[in-house]
Formats: sequence, structure tokens, C-alpha cells
Amino acid sequence: PFIKKQTKLKTRNYCSFLNVSLYSVQNEDTEQQIIRETFHLVSKRDENVCNFLEGGLLIGGLDYKLIYRHYATLYFVFCVDSSESELGILDLIQVFVETLDKCFENVCELDLIFHVDKVHHILAEMVMGGMVLETNMNEIITQVDAQNKMEKSEAGIAGAPARAVSAVKNMNLPEMPKNINIGDISIKVPNLPSFK
Amino acid sequence: MALKIVKGSIDRMFDKNLQDLVRGIRNHKEDEAKYISTCIDEIKQELKQDNIAVKANAVCKLTYLQMLGYDVSWAAFNIVEVMSSSKFTYKRIGYLAASQCFHESTDVIMLTTNQIRKDLSSPNQYDTGVALTGLSCFVTPDLARDLANDIMTLMSHTKPYIRKKAVLIMYKVFLKYPESLRPAFPRLKEKLEDPDPGVQSAAVNVICELARRNPKNYLSLAPLFFKLMTSSTNNWVLIKIIKLFGALTPLEPRLGKKLIEPLTNLIHSTSAMSLLYECVNTVIAVLISLSSGMPNHSASIQLCVQKLRILIEDSDQNLKYLGLLAMSKILKTHPKSVQSHKDLILQCLDDKDESIRLRALDLLYGMVSKKNLMEIVKKLMLHVDKAEGTTYRDELLTKIIDICSQSNYQYITNFEWYISILVELTRLEGTRHGHLIASQMLDVAIRVKAIRAFAVAQMATLLDNAHLLTGNTQRNGICEVLYAAAWICGEFSEHLENPMQTLEAMLRPKVATLPGHIQAVYVQNAAKLFATVLKGEEGNTDGTAAQEASQLMIDRLPLFVQSANLEVQERASCILQLVKYIQKLQQKDVEVAEEVNALFAGELNPVAPKAQKKVPVPEGLDLDAWINEPPSESESEDEQPKAIFAKEEPKHSRPRHTEVDEKELARRREARKQEQANNPFYIKASPSSQKVYQEAPGVEHIPVVQIDLNVPLKVPGLPMSDQYVKMEEERRQKERAEKKKKEKKKRKEKRSGRGKKHDSAPESEEDITPAHMVDIVTEEMPENALPSDDDERDPTDPHKALDIDLDKPLADSEKLPVRSHRAAESQKSPTDGETENATLQEPKKKSSKEKREKKKDKERDRKKSKEEKKKKKHKHEDKEEDLLGGQADEPVLQSEETSQVADPPTSSSTTAEVSDLDFWLSNAPVPSNTQEAATVAAAAPEPSVTAPDSEPDEPKDTEMEETKSSKHKKKKQKKEKEEKEKKKKKKHHHHHHHHSDGAGEESVQNGTVEEEEPLPPMSNYCLLAENSYIKMVYDIQGNLQDGSQVVVSVIFENKCNSFLKSMEFNVLDSLNSKLQRPEGSGPHDGLVVPFQLPPGVSNEARFVFTVQSIVMPQKLKGTLTFIVKNEDDSTHEKLDFKLHFTCTSYLITTPCYSDAFAKLLESGDLKSSSIRLEGVNMPFHHLLARICFHHHFSVVERIDSCASMYSRSIQGHHVCLLVKTSAQTVSIDAKCDEPTLLGNVLDEIKQTFSQC
Repeated sequence: PFIKKQTKLKTRNYCSFLNVSLYSVQNEDTEQQIIRETFHLVSKRDENVCNFLEGGLLIGGLDYKLIYRHYATLYFVFCVDSSESELGILDLIQVFVETLDKCFENVCELDLIFHVDKVHHILAEMVMGGMVLETNMNEIITQVDAQNKMEKSEAGIAGAPARAVSAVKNMNLPEMPKNINIGDISIKVPNLPSFK
Repeated sequence: MALKIVKGSIDRMFDKNLQDLVRGIRNHKEDEAKYISTCIDEIKQELKQDNIAVKANAVCKLTYLQMLGYDVSWAAFNIVEVMSSSKFTYKRIGYLAASQCFHESTDVIMLTTNQIRKDLSSPNQYDTGVALTGLSCFVTPDLARDLANDIMTLMSHTKPYIRKKAVLIMYKVFLKYPESLRPAFPRLKEKLEDPDPGVQSAAVNVICELARRNPKNYLSLAPLFFKLMTSSTNNWVLIKIIKLFGALTPLEPRLGKKLIEPLTNLIHSTSAMSLLYECVNTVIAVLISLSSGMPNHSASIQLCVQKLRILIEDSDQNLKYLGLLAMSKILKTHPKSVQSHKDLILQCLDDKDESIRLRALDLLYGMVSKKNLMEIVKKLMLHVDKAEGTTYRDELLTKIIDICSQSNYQYITNFEWYISILVELTRLEGTRHGHLIASQMLDVAIRVKAIRAFAVAQMATLLDNAHLLTGNTQRNGICEVLYAAAWICGEFSEHLENPMQTLEAMLRPKVATLPGHIQAVYVQNAAKLFATVLKGEEGNTDGTAAQEASQLMIDRLPLFVQSANLEVQERASCILQLVKYIQKLQQKDVEVAEEVNALFAGELNPVAPKAQKKVPVPEGLDLDAWINEPPSESESEDEQPKAIFAKEEPKHSRPRHTEVDEKELARRREARKQEQANNPFYIKASPSSQKVYQEAPGVEHIPVVQIDLNVPLKVPGLPMSDQYVKMEEERRQKERAEKKKKEKKKRKEKRSGRGKKHDSAPESEEDITPAHMVDIVTEEMPENALPSDDDERDPTDPHKALDIDLDKPLADSEKLPVRSHRAAESQKSPTDGETENATLQEPKKKSSKEKREKKKDKERDRKKSKEEKKKKKHKHEDKEEDLLGGQADEPVLQSEETSQVADPPTSSSTTAEVSDLDFWLSNAPVPSNTQEAATVAAAAPEPSVTAPDSEPDEPKDTEMEETKSSKHKKKKQKKEKEEKEKKKKKKHHHHHHHHSDGAGEESVQNGTVEEEEPLPPMSNYCLLAENSYIKMVYDIQGNLQDGSQVVVSVIFENKCNSFLKSMEFNVLDSLNSKLQRPEGSGPHDGLVVPFQLPPGVSNEARFVFTVQSIVMPQKLKGTLTFIVKNEDDSTHEKLDFKLHFTCTSYLITTPCYSDAFAKLLESGDLKSSSIRLEGVNMPFHHLLARICFHHHFSVVERIDSCASMYSRSIQGHHVCLLVKTSAQTVSIDAKCDEPTLLGNVLDEIKQTFSQC
């Protein structure tokens, strides 16, 4: 229960994902409905209002809150119950985004869209089964890097052609993530009250 | 071979990868569904290939599609295939997909058990990590049961990365497989002190999560968490712990007391807002839990409120929001301290953030008083006008109604004002809460009798202007109000000024556009009005008005007869026929009014919504009898069942109104009349009321003109609530003036009842008398309604199963199942195959078992009887084995099921901890460690006292135990609170560490241990008598349960080389003290000591004495006779002794809280006395320890070289000491309610110190 899900939403043609499976959700329809509803709720909120939304029935009742942060066109939404500290979760989102920034080297929206799997892997080092696993950014990055290194070494020679092809593919296409500058996330968020 | 791989890769490179898929979807925005369906076809093709890399790629894409909401459950088996790849890259993809797509009903999960187990034990830590992460998302009860042991092993893995994940996933395992909690808990607890902060944090996380749901089982961990809280610097951990304490304090107020100080320190010192906020929250929880006992925490409350105010004033909206949230918690118990911040909260109502406004609204709810209700509601009404979004406006509306109607309209002083507020609210456009307003109108009109006339007038106007409400057909929400209006006008039509006009309004053709249920009420109430009109016209001789009314009805009702709504139609046609009949009678000049009125006679009383539910089951009707044993509580309900019905009768007829005496009635009447005179809406205000007004004493100076001035300003019909605010002000002023005057003149007139209350210049709450001395008719309830309807915890709540007593030692049957599957594999024995089979079959078999187990859990929860549970468990186990045994080779399966895992020593330490918690809580930290030291030191008393000497005494237990260990266990279960006991237990432990069950105590953490000089050995056993054969030492303990009993424990030690037998213990009773002898024996018979002593052995026996007076010490003479048996002969021997009952031995160590202690001292019931001890050359803590140990005191508080101590005698005398030391002088000031006792105790203390 706690961080029940982590949803990321994009303003237009929203794409979203759930990290932690919702144990209370029986089918995909409800899951999608939650995402839509959350998106609807969060996206219509002004800047400069508080980052908490009290839980409706859809997300599990009164004990749950939506806690989100808004970076450029991205919303990072966590749904947590009362065992988590609200301000703590806001910091956790900050840690998450900063980690993404480090792992993707200046993360932008398209990074996240094209590399959903990597985002998942990073998140898996922070949150596990709905509970906060690690909050230390350096530790998270160390573990993620170690795993990526393993992946590379496994790919070895056999992986080379595929990598080459994908590089060629990317060259040919106009929609190369790094060329497009929409939705660059400014990571410099107003300083939070110090937490760590 | 290499070529083949390369070839495979080349094939592959033209497959779409995830990025291509995403890109493709983005390029096909118009026909996304179609594009995806072709992609899914491609993926299906890819999954058919043998190349695992292709499969992994396909699964990776599927994961993305699943995220977009497409069903990918058909690929579950392929996901398992990818999971079982040996390469980390693919494995990770597989587990990610599984964590996204699998849920409990996915049937392939049961195939994964072995794969997951293999991954968990993989040498590569990331394989393990990925498996754990995946498992955390899709763990099922079966997986949890089968893997619990493997995961538990991982909790002690060398890599912190794995430990951390294993610890965290245990929570999921517990949820799915509650039986694993107890065996795994000791290790989990160990992890709280893991050197790695991540692991520690994970353990804290899990335990906090567990404790949040079932806090009482985790109270014993409080000292450990306390230590963590004061030592940890990790804010995440701190927040968790502090939150946990917030959940624990309601169960243990003493804990709260201990917490206040460190929390306050944290609040002052931390710079992290999140931590500060949680501290404040927990302090609030502490204060709430303490609020009943101790009102004197205003400083802490003040601190919290202050900090919260800072949060609320912060520009950060998040802090503002949280500040308000926490404030509302304080509000519940300390409304006063919040009320002073009303300004701030009202300010938040203007905030642009809706969440904040809503929070502020919540706060307002608790802040209203009689004094400020009108003002606050006025402010809210302004917001209602300004509010744009309907949701917020509706929220405001409900809040206004909530605020006003809370606690049975407690804060409303003027109901006319309230009615006009409700009427004003009806003007809201598009609200969904019409029914809410309507029900309020109905409720007020029914329950506040005095307001009916006014309400009816208002409702008549509403009905008259119904077109305003219904003008816009889409505003159907608000037209519900008409339902109430019509009903009120009909039901209380006798108050109507002009019933005919209202009748006309109710029968307008436009009414037919209203919803059916409202029309039905209209029709029905039109009939009531009609009856009233007839009655009103009865006196008139011409009767034209009455006939007009009948004609009106006959003209208009046919419209309703045609209604499509059955209810309306039925009522209308019925009434139409009735009216036609009446018209006929009227034409014959028959008087019908009375009979018509009889149709609607009788009064309706409000009935509480829960009334039906709360009717107790009458005697003899035991609905549950054949299902369960009837619970014992039900007896109390059954005691007076007759009263329910007997008493209810009069209540129905007219509630308590009649009981009001004449005087009271007169007073009320007058008050009402005055109010009416005051109120311009009372058109019928007769000159007489004015007279009364003027006659009222002390009001002459109030200009009547002033009130008259208001009248022309009002548009009758649509009242302005604001005016009431003004009027209310005036009224209160007037009242105040009256009272002042009265006080001056010291007149005791009819208002003496009110005048008694003294008022100082600022008006206090009680002084505001309601304008209407209204009878708020309370809702009716059955006479002895059950006071509580407990919210049963949701039976589906998975945490319910985790309500498990963790302090009980682990039974063998609870050990986690370890499956010897892998071992069997390596043996390659013929049974191997069978094991394999068993594993595969298991899921099906187990599921039924699971159900049984769940059922059992519930049962267990209900009964909470440990014994029974154990029995059942065993039974269950047996059954299970039979079941399985019938199918397969028994030995194999047994080894699968019951190999043991948990390490036994840790499990036994828990009981000690429970009592340790009390110990920890009941004392200030410093004394607790002196006592600790004392116990350690006491481990090595005089050499002559051998092992059994220190066997702890149990006052109640006079029998000798057969074996020491069994006794030990028994004692543990008792969880005696007395420190003495505990001390003894520890001492005992030091002597007996060869007893396996005592070993765990060594690991007990006290959390407050400081290093201090060890104490010299101490023992309370003193010599009773000694000769060359035997030595007796004894100790006397009071019996807490029985104020007249003391227990003498005597240790007999055989000093010679002969066998001692037939020992008889006898005492010469005095008048005051008598040895308790078994029934049937004479007053001078000796008691047989129930053991024999071989050479060199000692043993202990107990003797119970009854004493009458305990204020004086006394000595009893006695004799021990025994037979010394040598190889060839035996001799009779005897030994005389004197039992010395000191006054100390009548004292019982009783913990006392400092506040209770202070109260005791203040009470003035105690006599004081004091002594000085010179030349005491020992550290202060030794001194205290000695007093504690030898004289059964406990330390209440210790400050430097000064300590207060407390003890209680078996007869309930309080003995309080204040011990001060300077240089070598110790002064003891003592107070006790029995001076003789005190004097003797002090003498004994003096003696103790003179001996050393």
C-alpha cells in the first residue's frame, strides 16, 4: 500500500505508466481509468497550488493521497497512503527526477518516452513493491550503472550489429530524441526545505 | 556456432525494438489501434522464434503495450520463458514484464516458483535483486509460502543490496502468508540494527507498516525504536519511527510521556520541514492520548500550534496545506488553542487553492461557538456568492449546514436566522444539494417547535415564489427544497397566515413539471391545507370560503390525476373523490371540518437513524445461540429488557415537554414573546406582547423605536440573514444590560436561574442564551440502545490476518516450511521423481489448504485464545499430514513440510521484553539503570547461597514446583509487572544460564543503559537459623493480591553428609500473624516441607502467613524438625528460629508516575517524618539501588543528587520518600498515611545503611 503507483503523464497525448502493480485493481480497464482520472485531476491544477490531492474512491479511499510534482510538461504522480510522509514523498520525487537526470544525462521528456524500460529499472531501485527502498541518490546510481554495465558486457559482440542498426535508424529519422527540444525538464527546482 | 549467433542478430536487427515501436505509435496518431494490432501480430511471430533475444525484445514491447492499456495476458508463458533466461539482460526484461502483467489470477505464476528460487540463490546479486523486485509485485500466497524461507535466508545475505530488498519484500510475504510473520520476526528485528543504513531503513519501514495496522503487538519494540530515534540521523528513518510512535501512543500513554521531550527537542532542532511536521503530528497524537489523564501540557500544545501557524503562514502551499491538516487534529481535543487562530484560518478561505480552502473549512467546523457562529457563517455565505466552481460551492454549502447542525444544533442561538440562511441557500444556482437543504428545513421545523410559525411563513413564501426555483428547468437539484416547503406548510398549516393563498400556490399547473415525488407531497399536503381551511372557516356562517376551497381543489386536482407518476396519480384521485364528497356535504351545510382534520391528526416525531439497529435483542431471543456461544457482554443488555417498551410509550406521545414545570414554561413563554416582539416578521405581534415587553424589568431603557426602524427596511418574504446577526447583537447586549442591572439591584426575580451566572465584561460562552428557548426534540432511540456500534474492520483487510502476537515463543508447528526439493535432486534417489510431482501438484492442493488456514486465522482472531489456537494448529497439522500421507511417500513429504528454520534462542527472549517494556516505561531513565546494575551485581551473592537460592518467589504460588524450568515458563507467561519480579528473573537468569529458556534474556535491550559503577552484591535473603545439619535463609514478600498475606520463602540447605527428610516447619502463631495451614489441620500442627534434601543440596519452600496489622514489625518463634538419615541409623533433630517480619516486607514495589506522585504529596493526607544518615560512603545510585532492592521502593524521579521514591504496602498505604545526599550525609524526608508504619520503615532503612 503506500506508494501504490507511480504515474507519469504528459500533457498532450498523454503517455503514462504504472510501476507497481495495483493489488486492488483487478483489470486493466480500472488501471487505465485511474490513470485518466489522475491525469485529469492533476493537469487542471494551477501552478502554485499545493501538490497534494486527496484520494477519491478510485484510488483507494480517504487514506490515500495523490502527491505530484510538475516539471515542464511532465507530471510525476505518486499515490500514497497515510503511512508515508507527504513532504518526504515530494523529496522522493525530486530524488527520482534528479536520478533520471544523472542517468540520462540531462533528461528530457523524449528520453522517458523512448526508454520507458530504463525508467522502470531506475524506479525499481528506489521503490519496491510499493515501499520506499532507497533514497540515497548515489547508491541508486551506483546500482543502476552496475546493472547497465552487466547488460553491455552480456551483449558483447552479438549485440554490436543491433546497436549499429539502431544507430543508423536513429540517424535517418528526424525524430531523434536529442534533436528535439520540447519538454526539456528543468531540474533546478526551487530549493526544497532541506531534507537530507 | 558464432556464425549462427551473428546470423540471428542480423535477422533481429530489422525487427522493431521498443524505440521503434514508440516512434511508430507516435507517427500513427490517427490509426493508433490499427498500427498496434499489426505490431501485436509481429510480436506474436517473434515470440514463436527460438532465439531468446528476439523473444525478450518482443516481451519488452509488450510491456510497453500493456502500459498503454492493451491486454497482453496471452503472453504470460512467454514472459516466464524470458524470465528464465540465463542472461541478466533478458531476465530483467522478463521480470519487469511479469511485475507489470502478472496478478494473482495469472495461472502461470505457479510455474515460476523454482525459477525464482534459483534466481534468489544466484551468485550474481543482480539476478537476485531483479527476482526480488519482480516478486514484490506479483507474490501470491503460494509463492509466499514456498519462498518465505529462501527470502528469510537472504535477509542475512552478505551484500546489503540483497539484504535490503529481502527485508522489504518480507512485508509482502507476510501479507500473503501470515504464518510466516512469527518465525521471521526475530530476524527482522535484528535488521533494525543492521550496520547498513539502507537495510536498517528497510526494516524500520516494514515494521512500521506492520505496526501501523496492529500496533498493540509491537509495543514491546518501543524501547528499541526509542533508541533508534535518539540515535539515527537518517530523516527517512526518523520520520517512519516518529509516525510509528504516533500509532503506538494511543495504546500506551506512558510512552507518550517519554516521547514528549525528545520530540520537542527535535522540533526545536531540525531544519527539515518534513521531520518537523511529523514530529508535530506525533506530539499531537501524544497529547490526544494523554488528554484524558493530564491537562497540563499546554506548553507542548502551544509549541505545536505555534509551529503549525508558521507552516500555515508559509508561502509554500504544501506547508500551508499540511499545517491546516495537522491543525484539525489538535482541534479535536484542544479546540481552545486553535480557536485563537481563527483569523488565519478564515484568511485561508480566500486562498486560491481549493485543497487549502477545503482544509480550512474542515477547521472551521470545530471552531464555531455560540458566539461566533453567525459571524463565521456570514463569511461563508460571502464565499458562497463568490465561489465559481460548483464543486467548491457545494462543499461550502454542505459545510455551512454541517457547522450549523453539528451536535444537535448546539451553537445555534437563533433559529429564525438559521431558517433564513437555509432559504438564502436555495438561491444557489445548480447546486446538487437541494435535498440536504430540504432535510435541514424539515428537521428544524419538526424538532424546534417554537420556530414552526416562522418556518411555515418562510416556506409559504418559497412556495409562492416556486417559479424562481424551478424557472430554469435544469436546476432540478434545488427544487427538492419545495418538497420540504410543501410538507412543512401542510403539516404545520395551523400556523399559516393565509392558508388559502398557499393552497392556491400549491395547486398551480406549473407544479406538474416538478419531479413526481415532489408532486406527490404537494398533493398530499394540499389536502392537509384544505382541511385547515375548512377548520378556519367553520365559525363563519356563510361558508363561502370553504366552498371556494373545495372548488379550487376540484378544479385543479384533475391535472394531477393525469400524472404519469403512480404515486401522484393515486393520491390525487383519492383526494379528489374525497373533496367531491366533502363538497356535497358542504352544500348540505353539514359540518365536516372536524372529520376532515381527523384525517391528518397526530404528530410526527423524529426517530434517530440508527434507532432500529439499536433495539437490543429481547430476552430469550438469542439469534446467535446456535452459531456461537453467546458473548458475555450480552448479559448486561438483557438485564432490563422490559423497560424498553414500558418507557417508550410516554415518549411517543409528547417528549419531555410536559415535564417542564410551570415556572419554566412561563419563563419560556415570555422569552418567546419578547423575541417575537423583536422580530418584524411576526406580523401578528399583538399589543399585548408589547406590554409584556415593557413590563419586563430592566429593559425600559432600550428604545423600542430602534427595532421599529428596521421593519420598513425589510422586504417580507425573503429574509436577510444578516439582519439577524445585527439583531442577535442587540439581543445579547440587552441581555447583558439586564443582567448587570439585576446584579446591581440584587433582585431575585423570575430570571434568577439565568442571573446566577456571573458574567464579566467579555461574554462567555454560556452567557449567550438562545433567543428561542427551544425544545430541541431529540431523536428517539430505544431505551437501552447499545452505546457503540463498532466499525468492524473490513473482513477483507489483508492486515487483519497479521494481527499476531509476536511475543509468544515460537512453537515447533510454526516453523517455516523448507522444502528439501533441491537436496532430493542431488541425492538422485528414487523418491526424487515423487518430490517433483508433489511440487507440481502442490499449488492445487495448497489452495484448499490455504482457505482452511485463512478460516482458521479468522477464528483465531475472534477468540484470541492462545491455548486453543495451539491445539487447533496441532490438530490441523495432523490432519494435513494424514491427507498428504495418503497420497505420497510419507517421509519425503514430512521432510518437506517441517524442517525447522528459526533459531530458537531469539524467540524466547520476547516475553522478557514485554515486561521489560513496562520496566522501561515505568521509570525515569536514570533509576532504571541503577536497578539494572543492581541486578547484575546481585548475580553473585554469598557463596553459600547456591543456585536455587535465588529462585524467584511467586507470592501466589505456595506450592513447590516440580521442575524449575517448568516454573520458569509459567512465570514468563504471567508477565508480572512488578519490577521486583523482573529483577529476580534476571538474577535468576544469571544463575541458570544453563537453562536454555533463560538464555535469550541476555540480549534484552533496555535502551537506557548508561555505564555506571557496578553495585556491590546484594541479597534480600537473610539468615533464619543454622546448625551443623542445615542452614535456613529467608525472604518475605507481600502479596499484592491479598492485603493480609505475606509469603515467606525459606531456602533449606543441607550442610551435612547425611540425607535430610521429613522436615516439618512450624511457627507459634501470634494474634496478629498466623501461618496458613492446610484445611483440617490443627492450629499447632507443623507444615511438612515437600521435599527431601540429599547431602549438599538446597531447595526452597514457601509459607503463607496472614497478618492483620502491618504497621509494626514483629517476630515469630518457630521450629524446624527433621530426620537425619545416615546409612545405618537416623536421628530426629530440630532447629529453632525466629522469623522477623519487618515493615519493609509489607511493602510492594509499585511504579508511580511523577504526576500522580506530586498529587499524592499535595493531597495533604500524608504524615511526614524524616531521618538523617551520617557517614554513608557510597555513590548515590548505589544508595538508591539499595533502598529499591532491600525496601521495595521504586524511583519516581531522580534529579542529580536528589530522588523521589515510592512504595505501597500490601494494605494500600502510600510511602513516599525524598532522598537527598550531600557529602556523606543522606537525608530522607518521608511521607506516609500511617505514621507508625513510616517510622518503622525509616528505622529499617537506617539499619540497612548502618550495616554497611
